[in-house]
Amino acid sequence: MSTDTLLKERANYKYGFVTSIETDTLPKGLSEETVRAISAKKNEPAFLLEFRLKAYAKFQQMQEPKWANLRYPPIDYQEICYYSAPKKKQSLESLDEVDPEILKTFERLGIPLDEQKRLANVAVDVVFDSVSLGTTFQKTLKEAGVVLCPISEAIHLYPELIEKYLGSVVPAGDNFFAALNSAVFSDGSFVYIPKGVRAPIELSTYFRINDKQSGQFERTLIIAEEDSYVSYLEGCTAPAFDNNQLHAAVVELIALDRAEIKYATVQNWYSGHPETGVGGIFNFVTKRGRCQGYRSKITWSQVEAGAAITWKYPSCILQGDESVGEFYSVALTSGKMQADTGTKMIHLGKNTRSTIVSKGISADCSHNTYRGLVKMGPRAEGARNYTQCDSMLVGNQCSANTFPCIEVAHETGQIEHEASTSKMNEEQLFYLQARGIAREDAINLIVSGFCKDVIRELPLEFAVEAQKLLALKLENSVG
Amino acid sequence: MMLRIKELQALIDGKAILKGFDLHVRKGEIHAIMGPNGAGKSTLARVLSGDPTYEVAGGEILFEEQSIVELSPEERSHLGLFMSFQYPVEIPGIGNLQFLHAAHSAQCKAKGQSPLSEAEFDAFLSEKMQLVDVACGFKSRGLNVGFSGGEKKRNEILQMAVLEPKLAILDETDSGLDIDAMRIVAKGVNSLMGPDNALILITHYQRLLDYIRPDFVHVVKEGKIVASGGPELALALEEKGYDWL
Repeated sequence: MSTDTLLKERANYKYGFVTSIETDTLPKGLSEETVRAISAKKNEPAFLLEFRLKAYAKFQQMQEPKWANLRYPPIDYQEICYYSAPKKKQSLESLDEVDPEILKTFERLGIPLDEQKRLANVAVDVVFDSVSLGTTFQKTLKEAGVVLCPISEAIHLYPELIEKYLGSVVPAGDNFFAALNSAVFSDGSFVYIPKGVRAPIELSTYFRINDKQSGQFERTLIIAEEDSYVSYLEGCTAPAFDNNQLHAAVVELIALDRAEIKYATVQNWYSGHPETGVGGIFNFVTKRGRCQGYRSKITWSQVEAGAAITWKYPSCILQGDESVGEFYSVALTSGKMQADTGTKMIHLGKNTRSTIVSKGISADCSHNTYRGLVKMGPRAEGARNYTQCDSMLVGNQCSANTFPCIEVAHETGQIEHEASTSKMNEEQLFYLQARGIAREDAINLIVSGFCKDVIRELPLEFAVEAQKLLALKLENSVG
Repeated sequence: MMLRIKELQALIDGKAILKGFDLHVRKGEIHAIMGPNGAGKSTLARVLSGDPTYEVAGGEILFEEQSIVELSPEERSHLGLFMSFQYPVEIPGIGNLQFLHAAHSAQCKAKGQSPLSEAEFDAFLSEKMQLVDVACGFKSRGLNVGFSGGEKKRNEILQMAVLEPKLAILDETDSGLDIDAMRIVAKGVNSLMGPDNALILITHYQRLLDYIRPDFVHVVKEGKIVASGGPELALALEEKGYDWL
């Protein structure tokens, strides 16, 4: 294959198309007026407008963080559009009333929304630019007492839960991007699992940025009451534009006594042109869960395969005694992508345990950084952590870094850290090919072997997809 | 004719390694290729298998009268070509069983047959493992990861047993083996040879040829064959060294 066709194919991001629909959009720019306008469009209660305005005030006093191992041009926050929604009638009775163009979009993305073809055993909430379009499997969820709905609806339906928990794990002033999100977030998902309930199916939100000038600022809040269980998955794609788009999300999880939350992400935002680096999503995300209750458990698993810039550290605050936090991550960078990602495990309670398994794959001219913090507070008697941090290099122009931080304030704390760096090379591929295994399958085998500890943590429906995605991203990077 | 190599020229990084190499191999024949370091023996094995790091600059390779120069390594493997690597690579995270099953399935698919199920393959593999005398634990270990030199070579012969190639090229399979391991490997190879197969043995030493009897011995120097003969040629070389030629 010639270099030209190769590059053309690489640039050919499968999800890079744009859907033409009528939108209701706020003019570009950020001011107190913007914040008020968003709140007004959503007809929000006073407490929420106040939350937003406080966050905006904090945002104005904050500086964009510069400590990450990332290089990118300055972001002009006045050039971004903070609200864009497909025009629609007052409110939708069901997903069948969604603009057919949008339904087609999701069909092309492999997320069929109509009742006949929807994903088996997964309830999907879809967020298109700034707003949620609807949720499948509502009946099944209702019968179980599980709530999965757009957060903009939850604000009206469950205001007391929102007021109690919004910003309780990631405070509005937590960091620059969280403050921005708190001021302008437009939609996202809300999940509530009542006491003693196991969510009967997988819950999922699919995020799609469509508009060229829009940023996406979604907010997700998951509350798992005592003895409940939920597994949740988010997926993301965006069209291939030549400008950079900002995605600054906040996700908060709360697990009460003996509750368990599994949160999985398959992130495949447009990552920019592989050769020139033009375009792509800037992905600045704050995800944090609080294991508030005794023996509660939160598991983050993520496959980060897209975005030009990724800045993201899904974390766990292990507050309840004997609570458990887990982080399983595959971060793949290719082309000119840069990722600075990892986790924080904050052990506060007694006998708390955490596991970190991070697999970084860097190819082409990309940069991949793992950054982690394991902190054990003075009350965290008997806390334990196990960290495994592996990097794989593909080619010789990429880089991989790891910055693990460990702070232990109790003498009984136990920490294990393992790390390795390996290289996927032509000889490995040749060996497998010489045994009759096609090149793509050979890459797939090597990558899935490297990532298997993480992939097996993903919900079954998405594990295969995630593996294919990784193989696809690497296909032309080797050799 | 199974393999016909004509005037083969091959380069690596622009440097000529094979300089007009000729070889004919018929069904049922065993050819030994000997020669000093750097003569181009391993290059021959890798060029035959389709290693993309080598460039074929001239000549022809016909496998069962079909030119294979343009074919990918996997396509050559599907035609029935096999190379036992001099230095088998380690690939962490892939189980030996998983790898062998993937390779076997790929061969089946290429032949238009349906692949064996995992259970069927497991039984098939157990049978083959007896040939090369490897323990059961072999299946669950990572592909060559942490294997001793001898285990890696036995794993190569196990792969050969599983894939049942028409033509096998063993690239210094004897290097790094003690005498017992060499006997086991030779026994395995001999049991896989039949009137419809052929074998090219690349080796430095005569001793492997005591266990696998070649029909022809060729001496390679500076990228081409400089002498050919029967097994007696190998004995003469052992005695007099390569400079004798």
